[in-house]
Amino acid sequence: MKIHVAVTDTALVPAQPSDWLRDAGLSGAMVQFSGQVRDEQGRVEALHLEHYPGMTEGVLRTIVDQAGEKWHLNGAWVVHRIGTMVVADDIVQVAVSAPHRQDAFAACAFIMDLLKTRAPFWKKELIEGRWIWVEARQSDDEAAAAWLQAASAREPS
Amino acid sequence: MIEIRFFAALRERVGSDSLMVTPPDGVETVAALVAWLADDNVSVARALEATPRYMVAVNEVLSQEQAAVRDGDVVALFPPVTGG
Repeated sequence: MKIHVAVTDTALVPAQPSDWLRDAGLSGAMVQFSGQVRDEQGRVEALHLEHYPGMTEGVLRTIVDQAGEKWHLNGAWVVHRIGTMVVADDIVQVAVSAPHRQDAFAACAFIMDLLKTRAPFWKKELIEGRWIWVEARQSDDEAAAAWLQAASAREPS
Repeated sequence: MIEIRFFAALRERVGSDSLMVTPPDGVETVAALVAWLADDNVSVARALEATPRYMVAVNEVLSQEQAAVRDGDVVALFPPVTGG
């Protein structure tokens, strides 16, 4: 399984993950997720992302490795942007290739759900000229916990 | 020495991104370290009070408050993450 994990302060290129994952017929499925800056009804003027250098890359790599253990994957790409970005910019790209679509869909969702609750990134939004830190959502915690509960429920008792 | 690192809103509230500390003997867990730090440093105490939920990493690995800490560790404290 080939893996590309990175944090960058430059604009993400939408076609890059699928170009990198292309594998001449090995995979039958490729799923790509992009997270973008929402304008929140025009309130958000800009977004700034901070991270914990070193730890971030390690956590992302661990999440991708876990996905590779759960599903049959041929490749995984995770690139997250940091710094200041504007509305509609891509914040994160998660893409996976697999022999079959079910594995690709599930692994892509799993990587995103764990990234949202484990990877040390923090967002702040520029609203009416003031930077305001974004609060974590309980629904994100629940989404990540659901994967982990499903995993423990499958283990033999 | 233990290096304490702060990120995001917690860093802004503390007014510093890191502190080097030498806690007294008996401080052997993250919870004990944070309690000692809050007693020792008023800006940390105020910052933690203003941050009801925070996460902990010891040597760049997400940890719980009961996790062991020892000399040479890097302990990071930060608000719940909001990437993606």
